[in-house]
Amino acid sequence: MTGFRAILMRDLRLALRQGMDSAMVVMFFVIAVVLFPLGVGPEPNVLARIAPGVLWVAALLSVLLSLERLFHTDFEDGSLELLALSPPALEIVVLAKVLAHWLVTGLPLIVAAPVLAILLNMPSDGFGLLLLALFLGTPTLSLIGAVGAALILGSRRGGVLLALLILPLFVPVLIFGVGAVEAAIGGFPARAPLLLLGAILAGALALCPWAAAAGLRQALE
Amino acid sequence: MDRFEGTSLDCVRSTRPVFRGLDFALAGGGALVLTGPNGSGKSSLLRLMAGLLPAAAGSLSWNGAPVADDPDAHRLRLRYLGHLDAVKPALTVSENLAFWAGLMGADAAQSVDPALDALGIAHLADLPARFLSAGQKRRVNLARLALAPAALWLLDEPATALDAETTDRLRALIRRHRDAGGMAVVSTHSDLGLEAASNLDLAAFAARALAADEAAA
Repeated sequence: MTGFRAILMRDLRLALRQGMDSAMVVMFFVIAVVLFPLGVGPEPNVLARIAPGVLWVAALLSVLLSLERLFHTDFEDGSLELLALSPPALEIVVLAKVLAHWLVTGLPLIVAAPVLAILLNMPSDGFGLLLLALFLGTPTLSLIGAVGAALILGSRRGGVLLALLILPLFVPVLIFGVGAVEAAIGGFPARAPLLLLGAILAGALALCPWAAAAGLRQALE
Repeated sequence: MDRFEGTSLDCVRSTRPVFRGLDFALAGGGALVLTGPNGSGKSSLLRLMAGLLPAAAGSLSWNGAPVADDPDAHRLRLRYLGHLDAVKPALTVSENLAFWAGLMGADAAQSVDPALDALGIAHLADLPARFLSAGQKRRVNLARLALAPAALWLLDEPATALDAETTDRLRALIRRHRDAGGMAVVSTHSDLGLEAASNLDLAAFAARALAADEAAA
């Protein structure tokens, strides 16, 4: 547990000192969403209709953008092999780094989302559910992304490869995330998609640290 | 007294055989110096001892028990020092060391300052690590060894980029470690002058791997 805390605090401190990484992810999120009114026109009904989907797709891409660096700096400067040889199990190391990643990228996205929802004229019935769905969905994105980030270590053109590996795996989160918000807007119960998002998070929490740790061991050989 | 042994170890990187049929034995307080030309497998052997690299054949044992049976216990007793210094440029020197101390379960407040002193970099404690020279980064990495005791040190060319005075400090650090019953495996091109160290020349084992590979082909 002390090892988990030490890694978490170090990653948060590093993110804080090099604040640009986290800020860029949020800026990307904002810009990607703002492009849609410019692209499809300012018709309020159209924007309200596509708002949940646009917000989720933009959130997905923003998280993807930040994932490449999750293990890469530690891999390059030799920290990763020392982390792999330190007392905490590599799975715990992965979990700590994923939590730090979510705190500096996922959480700011959740904070920015309601503002962008207003911009897209999203009906206010969906706001609470949007936050709740993002809260359940974005940690899953970080967890699944960690597996991809571990697999691309040491490969050239890792960023594109990462997108190809990971985006298909993000699809369930996208479907149920949008489903929850649209159900709330349409006046239907959003319980089912939320439960499914929670189930996916629980599954990812149980499986992804192991898969990512296996990928890291492979990269360190 | 602890014993660390390897028997008939083979090492293969992707498809290239690196060394073959290598044996070594090391007892508490002992030191093993790895020598050999570039590419003869010194770093590979150290990574293999650390458990980063699986052996293609053969086994490692600690006090008679196979290391592969309990990799968690093996991680707890070893300190590895590789080619890369693992120093985060955005953190200060003492923050860098405090992180590793916390990870090893040592008390950072008590262990960081003596470790900095041992390598003669106490005056750099509050300097962000991005301002350090290559030799100073190396010293920060070496200071990691002094944070908390461990039974086995695996040092891959530890004297690279060090000046004569720091090489003496390194020698003293290794001596203190061995006096306390620890063992050290050190790969080096320049003679570090460790007392009563056994020498393992990897050239012979590398040649054996090459010969076996050609015979198979």
